[in-house]
Amino acid sequence: MTALRARGLRKSYATQEVVSGIDLDVAPGECFGLLGPNGAGKTTTLRLCLGLSHPDAGEIELLGEPVPARAREARRRIGVVPQFDNLDPDFTVAENLLVFGRYFSMPAAQVRAKVPELLEFAGLAGREGARISALSGGMKRRLTLARALINDPQLLVLDEPTTGLDPQARHLIWERLRRLTQEGKTLVLTTHFMEEAERLCHRLAVMDRGRLIASGSPRELIAEHIEPQVVEVHGNGFETWMQHARSLAPRVERAGDTVFAYAVDVAPIIADLRGQPELSYLHRPASLEDVFLKLTGRDLRD
Amino acid sequence: MRWIAVWQRNFLVWRKLVIASVLTNLADPLILLFGLGYGLGALLPSVKGMSYMAFFAAGTLCSATMFTASFESMFSGFSRMHGQKTWDAILYAPLTIDDVVAGEIIWAASKAWLSGATILAVVAVFGLATSPLVVLALPVAFLVGLAFAAVGMIMTVLARNWDFFSFYMTLIMTPMTMVSGVFFPAEQLPKPVLAVAQVLPLYHGVELVRPLVAGRVPSGVALHIAVLLVYAAAGYAITIMFARRRFSA
Repeated sequence: MTALRARGLRKSYATQEVVSGIDLDVAPGECFGLLGPNGAGKTTTLRLCLGLSHPDAGEIELLGEPVPARAREARRRIGVVPQFDNLDPDFTVAENLLVFGRYFSMPAAQVRAKVPELLEFAGLAGREGARISALSGGMKRRLTLARALINDPQLLVLDEPTTGLDPQARHLIWERLRRLTQEGKTLVLTTHFMEEAERLCHRLAVMDRGRLIASGSPRELIAEHIEPQVVEVHGNGFETWMQHARSLAPRVERAGDTVFAYAVDVAPIIADLRGQPELSYLHRPASLEDVFLKLTGRDLRD
Repeated sequence: MRWIAVWQRNFLVWRKLVIASVLTNLADPLILLFGLGYGLGALLPSVKGMSYMAFFAAGTLCSATMFTASFESMFSGFSRMHGQKTWDAILYAPLTIDDVVAGEIIWAASKAWLSGATILAVVAVFGLATSPLVVLALPVAFLVGLAFAAVGMIMTVLARNWDFFSFYMTLIMTPMTMVSGVFFPAEQLPKPVLAVAQVLPLYHGVELVRPLVAGRVPSGVALHIAVLLVYAAAGYAITIMFARRRFSA
């Protein structure tokens, strides 16, 4: 059985098709990442899979339940962390969890018993009575994560779980998400942080303009789509050098005032650059970000 | 019955602010009742066989219920739906937008009922109603609350911003209060205006509550109840239609 299976998903708003025929397969226990620039259709895809929005075409099966027909039953066993926090500002930290448990028809005593453990997990022990407005962005995110765990879900859906957080807060969330994966929970997340995708996800799909354009493990994607080494070059005369570089590297790209030369063997490129004092360069292994930019282009997305 | 979790959520918030909430809901109608009632009451011998104070108290009970239901479903409801995104969070759980709407409407009706019930208590304490029949005004107040909560909720799920509600308040609620017999007998109105009043829910609430305050069984009970029920049911159905469009599109 797959945890999530989607076939031929389509969704339009007004005249614009936001999701244009997507197939997804997420195995139980897997951390699956949906990667894409802003406006790629990631959030809409998640909403369709949760039954919160109805597709124009396609089939979805979530934890064995057909969606949207039986989305309600599927959501009993699912936790959701939305892109924008929507904690209840009228309640304290602990009350947020208690009230959310009621939405799952959980007995009050059962929810109450879970609260300390969840707050511990979220690093919010001792803050039971705090008001939501008194929490930092990172604390709100962690509380939202704790809230999504109230029903002990099999599958967690996280829409850009660390967007807007500082590095400390981000690393803490990553650590917690890895712990959840180790506990056997299935995670489906969207992100546009390559580091996040590389660290957390067993498998990724790159989405752009409503379509999936590549999928595989982070290593597979790098191996399949890009040369393993990169040299980034900038400085006076980089444009002239760029023309020259095409004879040294199989793929040369430019973004603003930086040239990216991709190759299997970068020794000739570096040898050449040593004789160009005007130019500074950085040699590094290719990353998922390079794959992402290759696949989705370097143009700005709004 | 899944809507109960939504109702409970609002109840828990209300309980935290209960004193402020009850006071603000009651201050306005009671000031109006005693101010206008004593002032005008001294000039008017009796209206329809009742003291003006008792006459106006019956009207105030209905209009206060209407206002509480409308404010709760529109302003507070919109704040939860749009500002706080509370509805979005609820929809991650095994609840649907239909459950949320039902919970919100019944909550607003409950809060409105409390306004009506408290005014009724004041009316009884001041000896403005002496017949036990007046207890029947309690279920009527809930029905009035339900009708206005359901209609107000249509406005909420259609609203894009707060200004939207002022049209409904100014163009519908205020004139409705004037023509529905709250301040003076609606029969004094020109025939065409009375005809309009008779298709509005507030008129039927007043027609039920006023005789009960006076200690009489109202006439045409079935019709009055039916009109209020139709407003509640139609308001709910229309709200659901627009809410689904807004949330599951």
